[in-house]
Amino acid sequence: MTTWIDTLLQGVMLGGLYALFAAGLSLMFGIMRLVNLAHGDFIVLSAFVILALSVAIGLDPFLSTLIAAPVLFLIGYALQHFLLNRTLGRDVLPPLLVTFGLSIIIQNGLLEVFSADSQRLKAGAIETASISLGGGIAIGTMQLLTFASAIAVILALNMLFYRTELGRAFRATSDDPEIAQLMGIDNARIFSLATAIAMVVIAVSALYLGMRATFDPSIGPARLLYAFEAVIIGGLGSLWGTLFGGIIIGVAQAIGAKIDPEWQILAGHLAFLAVLVLRPRGLFPRAGQ
Amino acid sequence: MNLLETRQLTAFYGDFQALYGIDMRLEEGETLAIIGANGAGKSTFLKTVAGLLAAAPESVLFAGRPIGGVAAAEIVRLGISLVPEGRRLFPSLSVEENLLIGAYGRSEQGYWSLARIYELFPALAARRHAASQTLSGGEQQMAAIGRALMANPRVLLCDEISLGLAPVIIRSIYAALPRIKASGASVILVEQDIVQALQVASRVYCFQEGRMSLEGRPAELSRDQIHAAYFGA
Repeated sequence: MTTWIDTLLQGVMLGGLYALFAAGLSLMFGIMRLVNLAHGDFIVLSAFVILALSVAIGLDPFLSTLIAAPVLFLIGYALQHFLLNRTLGRDVLPPLLVTFGLSIIIQNGLLEVFSADSQRLKAGAIETASISLGGGIAIGTMQLLTFASAIAVILALNMLFYRTELGRAFRATSDDPEIAQLMGIDNARIFSLATAIAMVVIAVSALYLGMRATFDPSIGPARLLYAFEAVIIGGLGSLWGTLFGGIIIGVAQAIGAKIDPEWQILAGHLAFLAVLVLRPRGLFPRAGQ
Repeated sequence: MNLLETRQLTAFYGDFQALYGIDMRLEEGETLAIIGANGAGKSTFLKTVAGLLAAAPESVLFAGRPIGGVAAAEIVRLGISLVPEGRRLFPSLSVEENLLIGAYGRSEQGYWSLARIYELFPALAARRHAASQTLSGGEQQMAAIGRALMANPRVLLCDEISLGLAPVIIRSIYAALPRIKASGASVILVEQDIVQALQVASRVYCFQEGRMSLEGRPAELSRDQIHAAYFGA
């Protein structure tokens, strides 16, 4: 019994990481219907930026992320402003092709600069610390921190969307970009801000990706896959749904791994397929979509 | 001086030409009506003035200044607001949020505020926190007009605001017009409901297949003239 509770708990915590991967993807898709196929590679790129900063200045990964975040914000803004805004239109294909190309460019660029070696962000004692919950169940401090960060990120994004004027403009543009212009909203600027904010979320997910396991330039696409699955399970447009989607994949993977370690990844994908068969629009689809 | 003027305005959807040289003028304080059959180019005309469709710079003049081809987001800041055909409220925003987003582009305080919109359309005050899609058609139209007014426009463009509404609702919406004009807005109404349009307009333009087929004061136009201009001889 205890081991099953433990497994479940580990799965839920892992779901927090997947929700972090997914939040940035969900944000960009939700506001401008842009599927960013390079999303996973941006996470890996951000992890390398944090790594380079922490090596160069000798800071711990958390502080490095704090410095990297505004830089990534600007990179996101520029990326949308100069490149991705030109791909948006009636046709859904151009953004897919361009972000697919970006994915390849980022992977090979990272390979050139950082080599194919596995890297990790060293966070010190916190990596191995754990908190005892009694009854023989303990939870890793890092796991708990990941999960708490996922909730904090989703809370912050919801505050932004539902409590601020900018958030109102985000939702209006997402609903009807043509009419949004009539309100004085500059769609291109709104989209650039959305990608800039998504890059900050990506920086947070990169921090935990790098501290919890090793990474190398080739692992982006698999992170994209988990992010996609979390977004689709949750239902497009719902950030809390995305967290729930992440948890479902995390728990399925933990249970799969418990039965047989080889089944971990497969179990997550099977859970995704099951949801897709039973509830094709996800568990919490946005009304009117 | 004319507040708004178009000179030989043309508009295209891709290769399809929808407007062929429209000359129109709106004086400050006036209410204009544009009538015409489906596909005559009335909505296209409003969309072009509002900046949603491309136009040559000198073909649209606002207070004497060329604004043809200026981005829609910029035109609303200059003082031209469009109430789009079919209301087009933002479904994920509440009624009040729809009104607030109307003020997004404005830089200074003006006549219109949430309180004044609710005074103008009391039906909206009770539904202020409702999702916009749960409103009745008439309430949605009021919200769409309120949203456009929140930008404090000098020119309010209304596209088919009586479409699909019951006569009693249409009357209550038109009853708001004097107050809207008193706030300092001049109005262009696009209507298929000719009777309604002729009652409130000081001048009327009739469009036919992308061209102006008739212009005049309602009292000076005969039924036959309007009939010919509307349907073609």
